[in-house]
Amino acid sequence: MENYFELKLKSISENEKFARNTVAGFLVPLDPTLSELDDIKTAVSEAVTNCIVHGYEKIDNGEITIKVQISGNRATITIIDNGVGISDIEKALVPFYTTKPDSDRSGMGFTLMQSFMDEFDVYSEENKGTTIVMTKIIGNEGVND
Amino acid sequence: MNIKTSKVNGSLVICLNGELDESVADFTRKSIDKAILSERFDKVIFDMKGLSFMDSTGIGVLLGRYKLIKKLGGAAMITGSNKQIDRVLTMSGIYTIMGKIS
Repeated sequence: MENYFELKLKSISENEKFARNTVAGFLVPLDPTLSELDDIKTAVSEAVTNCIVHGYEKIDNGEITIKVQISGNRATITIIDNGVGISDIEKALVPFYTTKPDSDRSGMGFTLMQSFMDEFDVYSEENKGTTIVMTKIIGNEGVND
Repeated sequence: MNIKTSKVNGSLVICLNGELDESVADFTRKSIDKAILSERFDKVIFDMKGLSFMDSTGIGVLLGRYKLIKKLGGAAMITGSNKQIDRVLTMSGIYTIMGKIS
């Protein structure tokens, strides 16, 4: 099956639930397992939270773009913000590393995205924004797990 | 997010109901802290049965509450997590500091 959608959202945390449920709902025709859907929902929630909390630093006039591309059993999810960007991507990917330790941030967002998805890429430029591209191969369970 | 607290045998039981993400993180933090600070408890139990989803924002919320509970001399435990939440908790290593009650 080939299919896609694109969605633009205001950068407010109230939209996180809508974002993860919409992406998961769109992928239901691929017949994913419950656990695959949970993985995708968690990864989308992490990426969208990053846009809101870090990209736009909780300023609510930002815009988040979510693109989902289905190609066969591959679901590729792209999440884009035009926020502050990440100055040191390598550091940001380290488990438990957070730029906001005083606000009860766990520093586990990227680690969960990498663990729950089959492919993961992050592109970022300071003061331009961040793009996350991640792919889940549906029906891959038991192969890699 | 709906939070119910009760006292059972000197322990504080905090039941979280709904989905825990950034949109309810502040409310969740404040409600839990208020309950923890209301009197002295030896043990705080987070009952996750009513929680259908949690991301890493929830880990941050739990870690912050753990620090407060520890400062007050208490212990913290987690029970009732569904598969999605259990995976997130396991990956974050939170069970090494907060016990898991099956």
